[in-house]
Amino acid sequence: MDLVIAWRNLWRNPRRTLIILTAMVIGITSMVVLSALSRGMIDGMVDNAINNLVGHIRIQDPEYRVDPSIIRRITHPQQLLADITPLLPPGADIARRIKVDGMLGTSREHVGVIIVGIIPENETGISFIGRPVHQGRMINPDESGDLIIGQALLERIGARVGRKVVLVSQNQEWENVSRSFRIRGTYRTELAQTEKVYVFVLLPVLQEMLGVGEGVTEITVHLEQGKSGKDDGLAELVSALNTKIRDSGYIAENWRQMLPAISAYLEMYNGYMLIWFIVVFIAMGFGIVNTMLMAVYERMREFGLQRAIGMRSSRIVRMVMVEILLLLLFGSLVANGFSLFLIKIVFGSGIDLSLFAEGTEMWGMSRVIVPALSLWDLYTANGVVLVLGLLVGLYPAVRAGRFTPVEAMRHL
Amino acid sequence: MSIVEVEEVSKIYHQGKMTFKALDDVSLAVDKGEFIALAGPSGSGKTTLLNLVGGLDLPDSGKVVLDGNDYSKMGDGQRADLRLERLGFVFQSYNLIPVLTAAENVEYILRLQNVEKAERIERVQSILDEVGLQEKHNSRPDELSGGQQQRVAVARAIVSNPAVVLADEPTANLDSKTGEKLLEMMRVMNEKRQVTFIFATHDKMVMDFARRIVSLHDGKVAGDQKKDE
Ligand SMILES: Nc1ncnc2c1ncn2[C@@H]1O[C@H](COP(=O)(O)OP(=O)(O)OP(=O)(O)O)[C@@H](O)[C@H]1O
Ligand SMILES: [Mg+2]
Repeated sequence: MDLVIAWRNLWRNPRRTLIILTAMVIGITSMVVLSALSRGMIDGMVDNAINNLVGHIRIQDPEYRVDPSIIRRITHPQQLLADITPLLPPGADIARRIKVDGMLGTSREHVGVIIVGIIPENETGISFIGRPVHQGRMINPDESGDLIIGQALLERIGARVGRKVVLVSQNQEWENVSRSFRIRGTYRTELAQTEKVYVFVLLPVLQEMLGVGEGVTEITVHLEQGKSGKDDGLAELVSALNTKIRDSGYIAENWRQMLPAISAYLEMYNGYMLIWFIVVFIAMGFGIVNTMLMAVYERMREFGLQRAIGMRSSRIVRMVMVEILLLLLFGSLVANGFSLFLIKIVFGSGIDLSLFAEGTEMWGMSRVIVPALSLWDLYTANGVVLVLGLLVGLYPAVRAGRFTPVEAMRHL
Repeated sequence: MSIVEVEEVSKIYHQGKMTFKALDDVSLAVDKGEFIALAGPSGSGKTTLLNLVGGLDLPDSGKVVLDGNDYSKMGDGQRADLRLERLGFVFQSYNLIPVLTAAENVEYILRLQNVEKAERIERVQSILDEVGLQEKHNSRPDELSGGQQQRVAVARAIVSNPAVVLADEPTANLDSKTGEKLLEMMRVMNEKRQVTFIFATHDKMVMDFARRIVSLHDGKVAGDQKKDE
């Protein structure tokens, strides 16, 4: 009965109820949709970072991160690979690489780059270089004189596919070694900055040029888990790997350890979201309280009547609370429907930011943001609205319970 | 024993710095089954006295006892419970909850009393038929005339089998013919069910119907007249 009364009371003044509902829809939708967009942005950032030759797990010489030179290398990767492969979950991809600083020279200029030696077929599904090339084609395992550079770098040095350039680096005796390569193709990535930095050659060619035999600077593992947030078990896997390879002197790290800034940001992110939800709610909450107070004062006489015929004031408080709860539930139902519609249908295929790409890239963001609806955001946004809504709703409800029958009945 | 006992009751209203003595040392005893009118000019304290009898307000001195229950010894919630079980109210206007139909308004009080559904429906049906609203069970208050609304209010006041029905100017907004019908109906209820009725009124017709008239003047009892049949 309380429910029936509450529901009918809500539609007694449809305009007022619609105003509250609109406020709720705007509030909740902005919470849910904007959080999905910024989650999508962050997922994109993490994916970019992981695909940016980081991988989920990387094994390397512990000194390499401070001093990324060819001296800090894994001399016998085959042994290490044999050790770790049985520990990896199905679907994991492994790549061996050499990554060293170097210079790319044309007849006109020299540009600082990072030279990456890869085995092309191992990179598929692991990093951006495994994706189809932009211009030209991928290097074949027998084309030792070829290289792939980023489209942005190609444009920067004013070259074309088919031209020759010189790569210079240092071998383990700190001697400069150089070799000329033909540009076989270009790649594109989400970030133009990446395109300007990495140049790719065949791993055996780089090994030979640097005189390191079988040696590589890193072994990268890419797990089949897709989205950034869901890395359950990653830490356990890494510590299992480390136990296994303890005696080798190398260490395995996960991407959170390799990208501490992004990782820290992710950790604080839920907190930011909660604060932001509460801020949005405060704006909305004032509207709810005000409107409910108006509704309660308008019905003062009715409450007086109910008290007179024998209703306890606690019951009146409860009735008003039921009404507020109904309003909140109804509002969040509509708002969530609308949010899902926006996220799945309107923004479903992503928002293309390439027009502004110059500005967004410095944050490591993708050119296209695909909203990522997280259940945490959904539950928290609705939870904040329901819990705080009921909490602020107590004020008008208690007011309604305080009207004495005599004063209420005199009030017309 | 009297069903209502009012003993040396005074009620003072405060309005800002002004105080106003609305009731001054009023005593009154009402027996079960009486049909009694509190008469007197406007401002004489009729509504105030009725509110005290209904436990809607407490006196500043003296005591009010309903069916053996002394209001001054009860909390707010207990007084509400007592009203629910032992009293019925009919006010001058706005007696009904606007979002409920006539039947739901009457049923409402039985729900508060936790009466079983089947019994509720049956009691609501029969009381609405008794007050002559056979056709209007499912009408909302705003679809009813003033007289019909008052009938629903009487039905609600009676349906819970109260000991006393308090009616504050129940006929004031009705034309005399409609008012007379309402009074006749209440008289029948009074005789049939032995329910005590206390009216506050300055309507001559109500006084004609009443079997006892207590006159108030400036917050004091100015006369107490019983009609013998
Ligand atoms: N809440 C209140 N605050 C201040 N004064 C009040 C209050 N209620 C009643 N009064 C005053 O007390 C006096 C008695 O009021 P009461 O309503 O009991 O009169 P009444 O006999 O019912 O009059 P009427 O026939 O006009 O309904 C009046 O002078 C009124 O102004
Ligand atoms: Mg009055």
